Amino acid sequence: MDIVVTVKQVPDPDIPPTHFKVDEATKKVIPPAGVSPVMNGYDAHALEAALKLKEQLGGKVTVVSLGGDSARDTLKRAIAMGADAAVHVNDPALNEADSTTTARALAAAIKKLGAFDLVLSGRQASDTDGGQVHLGIATHLGLPSVSPVQKIEAATADALVVERIVEDGYQRLKVRLPALLGISSEINEPRYPPLKGIMAAGRAQIPVWTAADLGLEGASGKVQLRRLFVETREARVELIEADTLEDAGKKLADKLREARLV
Amino acid sequence: MPGVLLITEAAGEQLAGTTAELIGEGTRLAQQLGGAPVTVLLAGKNVQGLASSLGPLGVDQVLVADSQAPTPPSPQWLLAAAEAAAKQIQPDVILLTHAGGSRDLGAALAYRLDSGIVTDSTALRVEGSDVIITKPVFGGSALAEFSISSSPKVVTLRPRAFESDEAPVAGEAQVEALSVPETDGAIEVLEEIREQATTGPRLKDAKVIVSGGRGLGGPDNWKVVEELAQILGGAVGATRAVTDAGWVPPSLQVGLTGATVAPDLYITIGISGAVQHIAGISGARNVVAINRDADANIFKYARFGVVGDWKQIVPAFTQRLKELRG
Ligand SMILES: Cc1cc2nc3c(=O)[nH]c(=O)nc-3n(C[C@H](O)[C@H](O)[C@H](O)COP(=O)(O)OP(=O)(O)OC[C@H]3O[C@@H](n4cnc5c(N)ncnc54)[C@H](O)[C@@H]3O)c2cc1C
Ligand SMILES: Nc1ncnc2c1ncn2[C@@H]1O[C@H](COP(=O)(O)O)[C@@H](O)[C@H]1O
Repeated sequence: MDIVVTVKQVPDPDIPPTHFKVDEATKKVIPPAGVSPVMNGYDAHALEAALKLKEQLGGKVTVVSLGGDSARDTLKRAIAMGADAAVHVNDPALNEADSTTTARALAAAIKKLGAFDLVLSGRQASDTDGGQVHLGIATHLGLPSVSPVQKIEAATADALVVERIVEDGYQRLKVRLPALLGISSEINEPRYPPLKGIMAAGRAQIPVWTAADLGLEGASGKVQLRRLFVETREARVELIEADTLEDAGKKLADKLREARLV
Repeated sequence: MPGVLLITEAAGEQLAGTTAELIGEGTRLAQQLGGAPVTVLLAGKNVQGLASSLGPLGVDQVLVADSQAPTPPSPQWLLAAAEAAAKQIQPDVILLTHAGGSRDLGAALAYRLDSGIVTDSTALRVEGSDVIITKPVFGGSALAEFSISSSPKVVTLRPRAFESDEAPVAGEAQVEALSVPETDGAIEVLEEIREQATTGPRLKDAKVIVSGGRGLGGPDNWKVVEELAQILGGAVGATRAVTDAGWVPPSLQVGLTGATVAPDLYITIGISGAVQHIAGISGARNVVAINRDADANIFKYARFGVVGDWKQIVPAFTQRLKELRG
């Protein structure tokens, strides 16, 4: 099974709120010193799912990323984890790409890669919190899409049975291939790159495709970012203290009763 | 005048709990847009009977897409229904709720219509000819304001972030059946499984929720959370750390990529308060934090807190609540 995985480089989502700063003038995040960007978490789960399918059914796993120069590190990490090939879509004209243009560019790149059976994406990027680009890719490629997927239950050459999260539970769906899935974190635990992979990543040649290579000149977005800002919050907590923690627990119950909450 | 189209999925032959707030915001936006007409697409299985309940909420027109399939409607069928409604109404704005299947329906629809979309919005306002859409980004660490230059503009609304309209209007909506084009059947629904406890309130409607995090240490300790919830007549919630570890089913996850809840009382045990978790509880009126780390972010959002090991605090807390509630 030939699989394409979309991987995005994002600021580390675990940056503590107290260190999270934005530059309102450029509408960008100011990364705290010493914190490197990472592979989007859900994309790592998608890559892991692809590697598992490959182990089971054979085939090839190719990763695609749209991003600036540093996104190369994320592609290298994907190769280190076990991806066979990578493509880097990198063009200053796409630096500020909105979700519309991003989906178009990634779809064009996947098309240019040639035949495939399955596209796996993360259900959501942890910077945009959009949960949309992969569905745009599916639309442009004319693929059925299912998201968010918590399990790939069965896989054959022409269909998958998957579990899709819905409110209060999940659906079991049969999906004909080729298709696109948006992967959620319940599905697996992404592997750490083995030493062999790290060496392969060191040697890997990663082609760079520009907007012109993908026929995207003059692509214009539809969503405009007008403002980016941080709201600060003052703690107003009443901390319950007592001689022992047991007493604090009791006192907490009494407080809640006083406040008519229980 | 181009109007507003609201898309609501009815599950289990019942209107989604968020339908009233979707319609509330939709009608408010329509007024700000100069009195644009409001249409609701009601899509699902056996939903015809629900259409009449929408008129008094201030809606002008209801399109009903009733699925005849024996299984719940597939995402493809819902997309085809939404697309058909959008083509018929030609609205300027399409709103959906950012929950369950509507999350990806909104995005898939937007790309089908070649429209811009902003998901999981927490506020809308009209400025000149633009709709300004507020949306938390970076997990909730920052807020962004967007505008969309296409028509229609598609926006999904965070549950509980918008008010429903209290005053019912004496109006009757015009109800019309919508025929949904055949899909290619590439996606087939085999079954739908409901996971949440059948006793006690459902997470998203609960007035009291007790949520546990990784700090509980393991699945064997989870009964502490369940016992407390039971005593308080509340629902059980969890962080993603807990659902990913498989201690409880994913449908108990609260947060950005889980359920959005708005209880009167939200008690957390061993939860750090990551922004992505907080994103799901901004509507909670009173948060209680039990955590051994005094610097944990959760205390910023709490009204009451105890710093310490839950193993010492919670049994006494639970016991005292039992006494108080007789
Ligand atoms: C894109 C994205 C989406 C996400 N969506 C969600 C989401 O929807 N919901 C969600 O919850 N998370 C989500 N997350 C994950 C989130 O970032 C956090 O990793 C997660 O919420 C942490 O869960 P936790 O608080 O249980 O664990 P931790 O952060 O590990 O916190 C455990 C806490 O327990 C305390 N503790 C430990 N032992 C004890 C003890 N004995 N007594 C008392 N306290 C103790 C510790 O002090 C600590 O504060 C998302 C992340 C990303 C990147
Ligand atoms: N610049 C990008 N490069 C590669 N993949 C991306 C990019 N942007 C989005 N994606 C994919 O689309 C998914 C959803 O992104 P978003 O709609 O931004 O939340 C992500 O999890 C990625 O798999």
